[in-house]
Amino acid sequence: MATLSMSGLTKRFGDIEVIRGVDIDIADGEFVVFVGPSGCGKSTLLRMIAGLEDISGGELRIDDHLVNDMQPRDRGIAMVFQTYAIFPHMSVRENLGFGLTIAKVPKAEKEQRVMQAARILQMEHLLDRRPSQLSGGQRQRVAIGRAIVREPSVFLFDEPLSNLDAALRMDMRMEIGKLHEQLGATMIYVTHDQVEAMTLADRIVVIKDGIVQQVGAPMELYHQPANRFVAGFIGSPSMNFLPVEVQSVDHDSALVASTSLDAVRVPMRVEPLKSGDQALLGLRPQYLVPTNEQDAGQLHGTLSLVERLGSETVVDVNTRENTRLVAAIADDRTFETGTEIAFTFDPNRAHLFSAAGDGALNK
Amino acid sequence: MADSKLTRSNRTGWLMSLPGFTLVALFIIVPFFFAFGLSMTNQRLVSPNPTKYVGLENYRQMLDIALVTLQPERDASGTVIRDDEGTIQYPRLRRLSRSDPAFERYKGMREWFGWQSGESHKAVVVRDPLFWIALRNTLLFVLVVAPVQGGIALGLALLVNQKLRGINAFRTIYFMPVVVSIVVVSLLWRFIYDGNDGLLNNLLDTLSFGAIPGVDWLGNPSTALGAIMAMSIWQAVGFHMVIWLSGLQTISPTLYEAADIEGASKWQAFRYVTWPGLRNTAVLVIIVITMQAFALFAQIDVMTNGGPLDSTQSLVFQAVERGYGKQDISGGSVISVVLFVLVLAISLVQRWLTRDRQN
Ligand SMILES: Nc1ncnc2c1ncn2[C@@H]1O[C@H](COP(=O)(O)OP(=O)(O)OP(=O)(O)O)[C@@H](O)[C@H]1O
Ligand SMILES: [Mg+2]
Repeated sequence: MATLSMSGLTKRFGDIEVIRGVDIDIADGEFVVFVGPSGCGKSTLLRMIAGLEDISGGELRIDDHLVNDMQPRDRGIAMVFQTYAIFPHMSVRENLGFGLTIAKVPKAEKEQRVMQAARILQMEHLLDRRPSQLSGGQRQRVAIGRAIVREPSVFLFDEPLSNLDAALRMDMRMEIGKLHEQLGATMIYVTHDQVEAMTLADRIVVIKDGIVQQVGAPMELYHQPANRFVAGFIGSPSMNFLPVEVQSVDHDSALVASTSLDAVRVPMRVEPLKSGDQALLGLRPQYLVPTNEQDAGQLHGTLSLVERLGSETVVDVNTRENTRLVAAIADDRTFETGTEIAFTFDPNRAHLFSAAGDGALNK
Repeated sequence: MADSKLTRSNRTGWLMSLPGFTLVALFIIVPFFFAFGLSMTNQRLVSPNPTKYVGLENYRQMLDIALVTLQPERDASGTVIRDDEGTIQYPRLRRLSRSDPAFERYKGMREWFGWQSGESHKAVVVRDPLFWIALRNTLLFVLVVAPVQGGIALGLALLVNQKLRGINAFRTIYFMPVVVSIVVVSLLWRFIYDGNDGLLNNLLDTLSFGAIPGVDWLGNPSTALGAIMAMSIWQAVGFHMVIWLSGLQTISPTLYEAADIEGASKWQAFRYVTWPGLRNTAVLVIIVITMQAFALFAQIDVMTNGGPLDSTQSLVFQAVERGYGKQDISGGSVISVVLFVLVLAISLVQRWLTRDRQN
């Protein structure tokens, strides 16, 4: 069990700085998920924690010990790779016990710890197989088992489920969740799968271009995104951003409107704006409610596409200023494309962002 | 699927492979059967006499080997005769095989090597000493060159497989001797090994401040074969380095990272990740080196001609020497066939020893 603290961590490959000053404190037993678009540096950050990449700057502490220059084996971590990285010529049993073989742990103890890990992952019957005789899910289970046997204080996962098919991914996701409960170890998990992040994490770290955009509990990120990037990244389908003009402001709210949006007063949480500013109104697809009477609606457009998923109906709408808007409507509903449609929404659930810049935290 | 493009274009395929196939047949398969056939005749390169079928007689002559025990010569009283230095005297095999019916079978055979056993003398006698010497030298050559060359090549491959600046220069340098013809290399190394003013002698002389006396590396029966081995290893090591290198690059780097996290040292990473990952490459390298080593010829032909004192005779050299030097085509064929059987047997044994035991 361990705490982990990063302060001012940076990583340069040649001239390119891919991690640009990361400060995160992770509590003992916490499940932290790193998410972000491809190439943002999630894997690099995780590998720095593992000791597989040198740290260019800043400090990394595990249990208050500075580990910047410590060998991976001495950091008390275990890592599960996207490509499993189990040794192809060893049986499952040998793979699980590899670290103990290296550490010259007595046979009886090794056997006992291997069996225990196999039991936790329900793969006792696979112990004598070779990796080539295992399915993808079983291989990843072996990789996780090998991590468990090490009894590390920190588990590191780099997209462990992304090579698995959807159904298996859901099973394994639940198993990893259970494993965390059972072992109570600190876990850091890299993914770009929203669902994995939302369901597994105690806290999510959103990264873009090597900079932490926001750290928080899943629902905190969902309901109170710190900037436009996080707002757009978390949630599926992603948040709509409607260009609006600020008509007037008082201290924590603003009156905004556009051609397709009737003037509405929304809270101003993120950035201070002033009257006349161009802004973007963030509306989650789930919070848009269609109305039958055009006059009752606040937001107007034309239906361009209807997707019926059974549990919900996702519609694409062209607003009057021709921006695309997505609404996810609960239940199976029938709409006709090409017809006019109007929506209402709860202004308190809307987010107002400045239209300037790319909406992310930069340095 | 029976009518797939592959089977439909069968005729075109055969037609296209015909030129290559013809060449292979003409220069490899046909001569191979020729050798088999000729080895059972008394064919000579040019001869007024007609060729006669002799069956396995040639093989019997060449492969004939026996162990004889010679009792010491005794005087009338039955005591062992010794010479002035006290060495026990034995009868000559040649005399025995003429006079003693028990030794008649050894007529025409010569002692290859022998040793003392109690009062008697044990001798291995053969009918064709040159063949046996060539066989011994060739086996010795293979036994030394295969593991040493394979091992050094692996070491080099591990070295040049690192991500360092300018590593490609090293790869090129190590590979360079492979590109040069073995004949040219042999010629050059004759200067290196020269007894009077050779590079090697000069080097040793300088390094040891004159303490090491000059050696005629190729003119001395005890160093000639070793010198040829060293040069042969140097010449082809780069080739096998490249094969090892390609094997190394099929091993996923993530496996090394996993091993690193699990606490494996460099040596343990080699033992548990690299070596098992190189299994198939190792089989290939060992079989290729063995076959090349058995074919030892050009070095001998250029550097020593089998000498001094037959210390560098090799099977292929003997085959050529007999077939063309002595115009004894059947004799050369017999050696070729024996060599073929030998290499085939060893390759099969190697395949069996290194077979996949996983499933
Ligand atoms: N060894 C390296 N040398 C140079 N640049 C590298 C190296 N490794 C990674 N990078 C760069 O660092 C950036 C971050 O890479 P990283 O692998 O951490 O991304 P990621 O967030 O894990 O992406 P993905 O979701 O696709 O796995 C990328 O722009 C990548 O090109
Ligand atoms: Mg990655």
